[in-house]
Amino acid sequence: MASAPSLDFLSTSFSLSRTDDARLTPLQQGTSSAIALPMVDQPANFLRDAFAGASEKDRLHFAHGTTTLAFVFQGGIIAAVDSRASMGQYVGSGTVKKIIEINPYLLGTMAGGAADCSFWERDLGRRCRLYQLRNKQRISVAAASKLLANTVYGYKGMGLSMGTMIMGWDVSGPHLHYVDSEGTRLKGHKFSVGSGSTYAYGVLDAGYSWDMGVEEAITLARRSIYHATHRDAASGGVINVYHVKEGGWVKISSDDMMIIHEQVKAEKKLVDDATAAALGTTAEAGEGAAAGSPPDPTSAQDTGDASAASRGNVPPPASAT
Amino acid sequence: MDALGLLRPGASVSGLPAAHTPGAATGFALGDHAGRAQAAPAAEPGVVASTASGPLQRRFQPYQNNGGTVLAVAGKGFCVVASDTRLGLGYSIPSRKVSRILKMTDKVVLASSGMQADMLTLHKTLRMRLVQYQQTHQKHMSLTAASQMLSNMLYTRRFFPYYTFNVLGGIDENGEGWAYGYDAIGSHEKVSAVCSGTGQTLIQPVLDNQIEFKQQWGAPKVDLSLEATVELIRDAFTSAGERDIYTGDFVEICKITKDGVDVEEFQLKLD
Repeated sequence: MASAPSLDFLSTSFSLSRTDDARLTPLQQGTSSAIALPMVDQPANFLRDAFAGASEKDRLHFAHGTTTLAFVFQGGIIAAVDSRASMGQYVGSGTVKKIIEINPYLLGTMAGGAADCSFWERDLGRRCRLYQLRNKQRISVAAASKLLANTVYGYKGMGLSMGTMIMGWDVSGPHLHYVDSEGTRLKGHKFSVGSGSTYAYGVLDAGYSWDMGVEEAITLARRSIYHATHRDAASGGVINVYHVKEGGWVKISSDDMMIIHEQVKAEKKLVDDATAAALGTTAEAGEGAAAGSPPDPTSAQDTGDASAASRGNVPPPASAT
Repeated sequence: MDALGLLRPGASVSGLPAAHTPGAATGFALGDHAGRAQAAPAAEPGVVASTASGPLQRRFQPYQNNGGTVLAVAGKGFCVVASDTRLGLGYSIPSRKVSRILKMTDKVVLASSGMQADMLTLHKTLRMRLVQYQQTHQKHMSLTAASQMLSNMLYTRRFFPYYTFNVLGGIDENGEGWAYGYDAIGSHEKVSAVCSGTGQTLIQPVLDNQIEFKQQWGAPKVDLSLEATVELIRDAFTSAGERDIYTGDFVEICKITKDGVDVEEFQLKLD
């Protein structure tokens, strides 16, 4: 009987419970923090079956997150993410914070279901704090990622969608683990997760080296996400970059992807102009002579950009950095 | 009613013959077998579904979409939460005046669209939690606390969600106005302007343009006053009511300032 407010939130885990009307009063049902299961034979299939015959507009869509990446290098860990949350075809938000600050020295990323990631990573933060209070020392990154992996393994098969990277710098150095809702937990130096991850991997793998400088690493991370947002429809918005150092993490930047687009374009133009100058030809003739390359589809976009810039809905052209 | 009526293809759980064709907007049935779409609605009593179409299953139909649009727009020192009051069910309008708004405290207001039954249960549970918080902590819930609590409550129903699309608006402890948008299982984000429900795709772009000045690089951002915000919201609902069949009838507008919550209502087209 709920005579006092439930203190379930202090227990070490959220437990599954069958909400049985005969046993729980509405007050208990509504105020319990246990994760409720539908009272059917196969709860894992319930949500999928509920919308099996539904039209698209009636279906429940949950917010999904998309391109994230993180890598370890000599200067620590860089994490970069986009900020688009899609709900089916609709863009639920263009400003989602997909890097979750679990505590001042641990970061988690969000890919897959937005609610699943935010909820379980917040729960992870709670358990890391409990560990710290009980053991008088900070939890290691490996232990934190294992806590998360074991938690979601308890819900395996029930439809959780979560692909996250847990990263931090503990007493044994910087560590990066990939954890997902299937129960996978992998330690590694370089991961990219989400629908745009293939695009990000291409750019990231091409430019990565352990001995990179910090600025170079940040630029590489930002460019990788930019290319993913450019090509993946479900990625976009703002590119957020964080750096994990020995004392904790620090937020580096938050740039609209169009700003990075202008930077990349300006750099390419510089390179093209330099090539043309070296070949001793004008820029236009230089492009035409350059190995008979097929007309660049983005050149049509340039004229579009010029008129759009005069209307004011794209960022002003940047000078190459 | 014939005894074998329940076995007819297309029979509903309540035993009445299904008047609607499969997949109509009156609701979505669970476990319809593959042959239902091809079965003639006027099948004779006693004719069991053909074996070629598979076994006839009937399960609990938990959800329906009652439509409606809700929004919350925050400004300097105020927040406006508004919703229409039409209850739709398929092509019918069972009610023109249902309230989708819950005044949680003097500084926090919630509006929920989606399924009316889930909205009522969610609001009832929230009211219980508000009273518990008030009695335990001797103070009203703040906007940030309420926003996190709603997210957690929605997530505890992760595997049998509340079919509700919520927006929360109010004044935080610093006197700033903020709005929160939620998905069905509790993913939430603090924003300046958010719209949910059947008119979401019609109104959200207008809010992005006029309140957030999204992708307008040259234009200076203007802070709208409370009156200008309410005018914008009226126009938004009027236009959404033209193009969305589930939005219309009346609009309830709650203006939250440091002086409390002021509710006004205005009428939309009743068609």
